[in-house]
Amino acid sequence: MVVVSRKPVHSVLYLIFCFFTIGGHYLLLNAQFLFAVHIIVYAVAIMVLFLFTLMFINMNKESEPHKPNLLKAAATIAAGSLLIILVAVTRGTENLPSTMGDSQIGTVANLGKVLYNDYLLPFELTSILLLAAMVGAVMLGKKSVE
Amino acid sequence: MNNILEVLPVSNYVALAAILFTIGVMGVLFRRNAIIIFMCIELMLNAVNLLLTAFSTVHGDAGGQVMVFFIMAVAAAEVAVGLAILVMIYNNIRSVDVNELNKLKW
Repeated sequence: MVVVSRKPVHSVLYLIFCFFTIGGHYLLLNAQFLFAVHIIVYAVAIMVLFLFTLMFINMNKESEPHKPNLLKAAATIAAGSLLIILVAVTRGTENLPSTMGDSQIGTVANLGKVLYNDYLLPFELTSILLLAAMVGAVMLGKKSVE
Repeated sequence: MNNILEVLPVSNYVALAAILFTIGVMGVLFRRNAIIIFMCIELMLNAVNLLLTAFSTVHGDAGGQVMVFFIMAVAAAEVAVGLAILVMIYNNIRSVDVNELNKLKW
């Protein structure tokens, strides 16, 4: 649906639905922290950004020229063979030894401990990356001042 | 507290992630609107996140979920910068069709 709908706004709405479904999967996998972060970051922040850009560009029209049929067929065949390859590669995983460990790893307390003990340096680097992205977005977004 | 993997083997999650990733790849190949290509990239990132979470729950290792958290942060940064670039491109050439961006073509 994200791929085939003609209007970009419909694509965004289908993608929001899809993200909420993935959030439900996180909840089923007992990862409450990731569920909260996923809903906040993806389903709200990024999607609002997409919708705002669409509104700014104002392209809710169906005038997008589509690719020729040959390219469409080529894209479909390429994606289909990728799916076949992925499924074939993961064929042998049906009976993985399910070493079910501690089921409380997804809670906020446990993840916070791991994040601030073992992954402290990547965490700080992520903050620098986000700062750089924010500065870059503001720089690109504003009108050029001469 | 139980989770879904005690009743459903993890291979189902592998298949679901593969399908999601393929849908994302297909969208990137299929469409010419740059915004939809961005959305399909998000879809691919989400497939990887889902798989990482599933395996981290299987193995009882919190490292996978921390990695998902970092991937989300990087994806947010990428979307912010990418959409800013898109808005600038639209202001310059009045289109977000990726076929218009062929000035670097040889």
